[in-house]
Amino acid sequence: MGKCIVITSGKGGVGKTTTSANLGTGLAKLGKRVVLIDADIGLRNLDVVLGLENRIVYDIVDVVEGNCRLEQALIKDKRYSSLCLLPAAQTRDKTAVNPDQMKELCEKLKKDFDYIVIDSPAGIEQGFKNAIAGADRALVVTTPEVSAVRDADRIIGMLEAEGLYDPELIINRVRIDMMNRGDMMNIEDMIEILAIKLLGVVPEDEKIVISTNKGEPVVLSDSSQSGEAFWNITRRLEGEEIPLISLEEGMLDRFKRIVGLR
Amino acid sequence: MLEVMKGIFSKEDSTSKDLAKERLRLVLVHDRIGVSPELIDDMKEELIEVISKYLDIDEDGLEMDLDRNDNSVALIANIPVKSLNNR
Repeated sequence: MGKCIVITSGKGGVGKTTTSANLGTGLAKLGKRVVLIDADIGLRNLDVVLGLENRIVYDIVDVVEGNCRLEQALIKDKRYSSLCLLPAAQTRDKTAVNPDQMKELCEKLKKDFDYIVIDSPAGIEQGFKNAIAGADRALVVTTPEVSAVRDADRIIGMLEAEGLYDPELIINRVRIDMMNRGDMMNIEDMIEILAIKLLGVVPEDEKIVISTNKGEPVVLSDSSQSGEAFWNITRRLEGEEIPLISLEEGMLDRFKRIVGLR
Repeated sequence: MLEVMKGIFSKEDSTSKDLAKERLRLVLVHDRIGVSPELIDDMKEELIEVISKYLDIDEDGLEMDLDRNDNSVALIANIPVKSLNNR
Protein backbone atom coordinates (compact mmCIF):
# COMPACT_ATOMS: atom_id res chain seq x y z
CA MET A 1 0.00 0.00 0.00
CA GLY A 2 1.27 3.43 -0.94
CA LYS A 3 1.44 6.56 1.14
CA CYS A 4 -0.47 9.70 0.34
CA ILE A 5 1.24 13.05 1.02
CA VAL A 6 -0.42 16.42 0.52
CA ILE A 7 1.59 19.61 -0.06
CA THR A 8 -0.20 22.67 1.41
CA SER A 9 0.60 26.27 2.33
CA GLY A 10 -2.37 28.56 2.80
CA LYS A 11 -0.74 31.47 1.04
CA GLY A 12 -0.28 31.27 -2.71
CA GLY A 13 3.03 31.68 -4.50
CA VAL A 14 5.26 30.18 -1.80
CA GLY A 15 6.28 27.18 -3.90
CA LYS A 16 3.74 24.37 -3.41
CA THR A 17 3.78 23.33 -7.05
CA THR A 18 7.56 23.55 -7.32
CA THR A 19 7.87 21.49 -4.14
CA SER A 20 5.36 18.91 -5.38
CA ALA A 21 7.13 18.55 -8.73
CA ASN A 22 10.55 18.20 -7.13
CA LEU A 23 9.55 15.79 -4.37
CA GLY A 24 7.56 13.66 -6.80
CA THR A 25 10.44 13.57 -9.26
CA GLY A 26 12.92 12.99 -6.43
CA LEU A 27 10.96 9.99 -5.15
CA ALA A 28 10.88 8.57 -8.69
CA LYS A 29 14.65 9.10 -8.87
CA LEU A 30 14.89 7.00 -5.71
CA GLY A 31 13.14 4.25 -7.65
CA LYS A 32 9.68 4.69 -6.17
CA ARG A 33 6.44 4.44 -8.12
CA VAL A 34 4.92 7.89 -7.80
CA VAL A 35 1.76 9.61 -8.92
CA LEU A 36 1.48 13.38 -8.66
CA ILE A 37 -2.04 14.76 -8.40
CA ASP A 38 -2.74 18.36 -9.33
CA ALA A 39 -5.67 19.22 -7.04
CA ASP A 40 -5.72 22.88 -8.06
CA ILE A 41 -8.76 22.54 -10.29
CA GLY A 42 -9.28 25.53 -12.55
CA LEU A 43 -5.67 26.70 -12.14
CA ARG A 44 -3.71 23.80 -13.61
CA ASN A 45 0.05 24.25 -13.27
CA LEU A 46 1.84 21.13 -12.18
CA ASP A 47 1.81 19.91 -15.80
CA VAL A 48 3.84 22.90 -17.07
CA VAL A 49 6.30 22.73 -14.20
CA LEU A 50 6.95 19.10 -15.12
CA GLY A 51 7.02 19.84 -18.87
CA LEU A 52 4.06 17.52 -19.55
CA GLU A 53 1.49 20.07 -20.69
CA ASN A 54 1.30 18.78 -24.28
CA ARG A 55 0.36 15.27 -23.30
CA ILE A 56 -2.87 15.90 -21.42
CA VAL A 57 -5.96 14.19 -22.81
CA TYR A 58 -8.06 13.52 -19.72
CA ASP A 59 -7.97 15.04 -16.25
CA ILE A 60 -8.99 14.34 -12.65
CA VAL A 61 -12.60 15.49 -13.24
CA ASP A 62 -12.92 13.13 -16.22
CA VAL A 63 -11.85 10.28 -13.93
CA VAL A 64 -14.24 11.23 -11.15
CA GLU A 65 -17.15 11.69 -13.55
CA GLY A 66 -16.43 8.41 -15.32
CA ASN A 67 -15.58 9.90 -18.73
CA CYS A 68 -12.44 7.78 -18.81
CA ARG A 69 -10.67 5.08 -16.85
CA LEU A 70 -8.15 6.18 -14.22
CA GLU A 71 -5.23 4.70 -16.19
CA GLN A 72 -6.18 6.71 -19.27
CA ALA A 73 -5.81 9.99 -17.41
CA LEU A 74 -2.39 9.21 -15.93
CA ILE A 75 0.39 10.88 -17.92
CA LYS A 76 3.78 9.20 -17.88
CA ASP A 77 6.76 11.41 -17.12
CA LYS A 78 9.38 11.92 -19.85
CA ARG A 79 12.31 11.02 -17.61
CA TYR A 80 11.02 8.39 -15.21
CA SER A 81 8.56 5.73 -16.29
CA SER A 82 7.63 5.16 -12.64
CA LEU A 83 6.36 8.75 -12.34
CA CYS A 84 2.84 9.75 -13.42
CA LEU A 85 0.79 12.91 -13.32
CA LEU A 86 -2.96 13.12 -12.83
CA PRO A 87 -3.65 16.65 -14.12
CA ALA A 88 -6.24 19.10 -12.82
CA ALA A 89 -9.16 20.15 -15.00
CA GLN A 90 -8.69 23.64 -16.36
CA THR A 91 -12.27 24.48 -17.27
CA ARG A 92 -14.00 23.46 -14.05
CA ASP A 93 -14.03 24.78 -10.51
CA LYS A 94 -13.06 23.43 -7.10
CA THR A 95 -16.46 21.87 -6.49
CA ALA A 96 -16.05 19.42 -9.40
CA VAL A 97 -14.46 16.87 -7.02
CA ASN A 98 -15.69 16.22 -3.48
CA PRO A 99 -13.76 14.85 -0.49
CA ASP A 100 -15.31 11.36 -0.76
CA GLN A 101 -14.36 11.10 -4.42
CA MET A 102 -10.83 12.22 -3.59
CA LYS A 103 -10.54 9.62 -0.84
CA GLU A 104 -11.72 6.89 -3.18
CA LEU A 105 -9.27 8.00 -5.86
CA CYS A 106 -6.35 7.94 -3.42
CA GLU A 107 -7.31 4.48 -2.13
CA LYS A 108 -7.32 3.15 -5.70
CA LEU A 109 -3.96 4.72 -6.53
CA LYS A 110 -2.36 3.43 -3.34
CA LYS A 111 -2.63 -0.10 -4.71
CA ASP A 112 -0.41 0.68 -7.70
CA PHE A 113 1.93 3.36 -6.40
CA ASP A 114 4.36 3.78 -3.50
CA TYR A 115 3.65 7.49 -3.18
CA ILE A 116 0.76 9.76 -4.06
CA VAL A 117 1.84 13.39 -3.88
CA ILE A 118 -1.01 15.91 -3.97
CA ASP A 119 -0.45 19.55 -4.90
CA SER A 120 -3.10 21.45 -2.95
CA PRO A 121 -4.56 24.77 -4.10
CA ALA A 122 -3.85 27.88 -2.03
CA GLY A 123 -6.53 28.97 0.41
CA ILE A 124 -8.61 27.29 3.07
CA GLU A 125 -11.80 26.70 1.11
CA GLN A 126 -13.32 23.66 -0.53
CA GLY A 127 -10.38 23.05 -2.87
CA PHE A 128 -8.04 22.67 0.10
CA LYS A 129 -10.48 20.37 1.91
CA ASN A 130 -10.78 18.17 -1.18
CA ALA A 131 -7.01 18.03 -1.62
CA ILE A 132 -6.34 16.81 1.93
CA ALA A 133 -9.25 14.36 2.13
CA GLY A 134 -7.28 11.29 1.08
CA ALA A 135 -3.92 12.19 2.63
CA ASP A 136 -2.06 10.32 5.38
CA ARG A 137 0.64 12.91 5.79
CA ALA A 138 0.80 16.67 5.22
CA LEU A 139 3.65 19.01 4.40
CA VAL A 140 3.31 22.75 4.87
CA VAL A 141 5.37 25.04 2.63
CA THR A 142 6.13 28.56 3.76
CA THR A 143 8.59 31.37 3.08
CA PRO A 144 10.20 33.49 5.81
CA GLU A 145 7.64 36.29 5.48
CA VAL A 146 5.02 37.25 8.05
CA SER A 147 2.10 36.76 5.65
CA ALA A 148 3.21 33.27 4.62
CA VAL A 149 3.96 32.21 8.20
CA ARG A 150 0.63 33.47 9.43
CA ASP A 151 -1.22 31.50 6.74
CA ALA A 152 0.93 28.44 7.46
CA ASP A 153 -0.15 28.62 11.10
CA ARG A 154 -3.78 28.71 10.02
CA ILE A 155 -3.28 25.72 7.72
CA ILE A 156 -1.55 23.73 10.48
CA GLY A 157 -4.59 24.29 12.68
CA MET A 158 -6.95 23.19 9.93
CA LEU A 159 -4.90 20.10 9.09
CA GLU A 160 -4.99 19.06 12.73
CA ALA A 161 -8.73 19.67 12.86
CA GLU A 162 -9.09 17.31 9.89
CA GLY A 163 -7.09 14.61 11.63
CA LEU A 164 -3.75 15.22 9.88
CA TYR A 165 -1.61 15.51 12.99
CA ASP A 166 2.08 16.37 12.95
CA PRO A 167 2.33 18.18 9.64
CA GLU A 168 5.94 18.88 8.64
CA LEU A 169 7.41 22.19 7.53
CA ILE A 170 9.37 23.14 4.43
CA ILE A 171 10.82 26.65 4.48
CA ASN A 172 11.28 27.86 0.93
CA ARG A 173 13.05 30.84 -0.66
CA VAL A 174 15.43 31.35 2.20
CA ARG A 175 18.13 33.99 1.85
CA ILE A 176 21.10 33.36 4.09
CA ASP A 177 22.58 36.81 3.57
CA MET A 178 19.39 38.44 4.83
CA MET A 179 19.13 36.02 7.75
CA ASN A 180 22.68 36.83 8.75
CA ARG A 181 21.86 40.54 8.69
CA GLY A 182 18.78 39.93 10.84
CA ASP A 183 16.49 41.09 8.06
CA MET A 184 14.76 37.75 7.58
CA MET A 185 13.35 35.43 10.22
CA ASN A 186 15.75 32.55 10.67
CA ILE A 187 14.98 28.84 10.84
CA GLU A 188 14.84 28.73 14.65
CA ASP A 189 12.47 31.72 14.77
CA MET A 190 10.03 30.03 12.43
CA ILE A 191 10.13 26.67 14.17
CA GLU A 192 9.57 28.40 17.47
CA ILE A 193 6.53 30.26 16.15
CA LEU A 194 4.91 27.42 14.23
CA ALA A 195 5.95 24.67 16.67
CA ILE A 196 6.07 21.86 14.08
CA LYS A 197 8.74 19.53 12.83
CA LEU A 198 11.09 20.89 10.17
CA LEU A 199 11.48 18.71 7.09
CA GLY A 200 13.78 20.96 5.14
CA VAL A 201 14.97 24.35 3.99
CA VAL A 202 15.26 25.46 0.37
CA PRO A 203 17.32 28.51 -0.57
CA GLU A 204 16.11 31.19 -2.93
CA ASP A 205 17.69 30.19 -6.22
CA GLU A 206 17.40 31.55 -9.73
CA LYS A 207 17.89 28.01 -11.01
CA ILE A 208 14.28 27.39 -9.95
CA VAL A 209 13.10 29.96 -12.47
CA ILE A 210 15.29 28.46 -15.18
CA SER A 211 14.17 24.91 -14.43
CA THR A 212 10.52 25.98 -14.49
CA ASN A 213 11.12 27.71 -17.83
CA LYS A 214 12.38 24.41 -19.19
CA GLY A 215 9.85 22.19 -17.45
CA GLU A 216 12.60 20.19 -15.75
CA PRO A 217 12.47 19.92 -11.94
CA VAL A 218 15.63 21.32 -10.35
CA VAL A 219 16.07 18.15 -8.26
CA LEU A 220 17.41 16.52 -11.45
CA SER A 221 20.28 18.99 -11.77
CA ASP A 222 23.44 18.15 -9.87
CA SER A 223 24.82 21.59 -9.40
CA SER A 224 22.18 23.69 -7.70
CA GLN A 225 21.64 24.50 -4.05
CA SER A 226 17.87 24.30 -4.37
CA GLY A 227 18.13 20.97 -6.19
CA GLU A 228 20.33 19.61 -3.42
CA ALA A 229 17.84 20.86 -0.82
CA PHE A 230 14.90 19.16 -2.56
CA TRP A 231 16.91 15.96 -2.92
CA ASN A 232 17.63 15.98 0.81
CA ILE A 233 13.95 16.54 1.60
CA THR A 234 13.03 13.65 -0.68
CA ARG A 235 15.36 11.34 1.20
CA ARG A 236 14.06 12.56 4.56
CA LEU A 237 10.56 11.72 3.36
CA GLU A 238 11.80 8.19 2.86
CA GLY A 239 13.00 8.15 6.46
CA GLU A 240 16.72 8.81 5.94
CA GLU A 241 18.41 10.94 8.57
CA ILE A 242 20.06 13.78 6.69
CA PRO A 243 21.35 16.86 8.46
CA LEU A 244 20.25 20.25 7.15
CA ILE A 245 22.58 21.28 4.37
CA SER A 246 25.43 23.59 5.16
CA LEU A 247 23.60 26.62 3.88
CA GLU A 248 21.86 27.13 7.20
CA GLU A 249 24.09 26.05 9.99
CA GLY A 250 27.48 26.13 8.35
CA MET A 251 27.06 29.65 7.13
CA LEU A 252 25.60 30.85 10.40
CA ASP A 253 28.35 29.33 12.48
CA ARG A 254 31.04 30.75 10.25
CA PHE A 255 29.39 34.13 10.46
CA LYS A 256 29.20 33.95 14.24
CA ARG A 257 32.82 32.91 14.45
CA ILE A 258 34.03 35.82 12.34
CA VAL A 259 31.92 38.40 14.12
CA GLY A 260 31.85 37.02 17.64
CA LEU A 261 35.36 35.80 18.31
CA ARG A 262 37.32 38.59 16.83
CA MET B 1 29.79 57.05 26.24
CA LEU B 2 27.85 54.31 27.94
CA GLU B 3 24.63 55.69 26.47
CA VAL B 4 26.14 55.61 23.00
CA MET B 5 27.18 52.01 23.48
CA LYS B 6 23.72 51.10 24.73
CA GLY B 7 22.19 52.83 21.72
CA ILE B 8 24.30 50.80 19.35
CA PHE B 9 23.52 47.53 21.07
CA SER B 10 19.80 48.09 21.40
CA LYS B 11 19.63 48.93 17.71
CA GLU B 12 21.36 45.70 16.91
CA ASP B 13 18.98 43.83 19.16
CA SER B 14 15.84 44.91 17.33
CA THR B 15 16.49 43.95 13.73
CA SER B 16 13.60 43.83 11.29
CA LYS B 17 13.26 40.09 11.77
CA ASP B 18 12.71 40.59 15.50
CA LEU B 19 9.95 43.01 14.63
CA ALA B 20 8.45 40.46 12.24
CA LYS B 21 8.61 37.76 14.89
CA GLU B 22 7.01 39.92 17.55
CA ARG B 23 4.20 41.05 15.26
CA LEU B 24 3.57 37.49 14.15
CA ARG B 25 3.50 36.24 17.70
CA LEU B 26 0.78 38.75 18.59
CA VAL B 27 -1.31 38.21 15.51
CA LEU B 28 -1.15 34.44 15.89
CA VAL B 29 -2.41 34.57 19.46
CA HIS B 30 -5.56 36.25 18.14
CA ASP B 31 -5.80 33.97 15.09
CA ARG B 32 -5.49 30.82 17.14
CA ILE B 33 -8.31 31.48 19.53
CA GLY B 34 -10.44 33.40 17.05
CA VAL B 35 -10.63 36.60 19.05
CA SER B 36 -10.37 39.86 17.14
CA PRO B 37 -8.76 43.02 18.57
CA GLU B 38 -12.21 44.67 18.31
CA LEU B 39 -13.66 42.07 20.65
CA ILE B 40 -10.87 42.75 23.11
CA ASP B 41 -11.68 46.46 22.89
CA ASP B 42 -15.36 45.81 23.61
CA MET B 43 -14.42 43.65 26.57
CA LYS B 44 -12.08 46.39 27.80
CA GLU B 45 -14.89 48.98 27.71
CA GLU B 46 -17.18 46.77 29.76
CA LEU B 47 -14.47 45.89 32.23
CA ILE B 48 -13.72 49.57 32.78
CA GLU B 49 -17.40 50.14 33.46
CA VAL B 50 -17.58 47.38 36.06
CA ILE B 51 -14.31 48.11 37.81
CA SER B 52 -15.03 51.87 37.92
CA LYS B 53 -17.97 51.11 40.19
CA TYR B 54 -15.52 50.00 42.86
CA LEU B 55 -12.19 51.62 42.10
CA ASP B 56 -10.98 54.86 40.62
CA ILE B 57 -8.86 53.55 37.79
CA ASP B 58 -6.65 55.16 35.19
CA GLU B 59 -8.53 54.30 32.01
CA ASP B 60 -5.80 55.55 29.70
CA GLY B 61 -3.18 53.47 31.46
CA LEU B 62 -5.21 50.28 31.17
CA GLU B 63 -3.57 47.58 29.13
CA MET B 64 -5.21 44.37 28.17
CA ASP B 65 -4.03 41.72 25.77
CA LEU B 66 -3.70 38.05 25.11
CA ASP B 67 -0.39 36.44 25.78
CA ARG B 68 0.91 33.05 24.87
CA ASN B 69 3.22 30.90 26.94
CA ASP B 70 4.17 27.59 25.35
CA ASN B 71 0.82 25.85 25.18
CA SER B 72 -1.48 28.16 27.08
CA VAL B 73 -3.03 31.51 26.30
CA ALA B 74 -3.70 34.01 29.06
CA LEU B 75 -5.66 37.23 29.16
CA ILE B 76 -3.38 39.72 30.85
CA ALA B 77 -4.82 42.98 32.14
CA ASN B 78 -2.84 45.74 33.77
CA ILE B 79 -5.22 48.20 35.45
CA PRO B 80 -3.61 51.12 37.30
CA VAL B 81 -5.65 52.24 40.31
CA LYS B 82 -5.66 55.94 41.14
CA SER B 83 -7.38 55.71 44.51
CA LEU B 84 -10.05 53.74 46.28
CA ASN B 85 -13.49 55.24 45.85
CA ASN B 86 -14.91 56.58 49.04
CA ARG B 87 -17.95 54.50 49.62
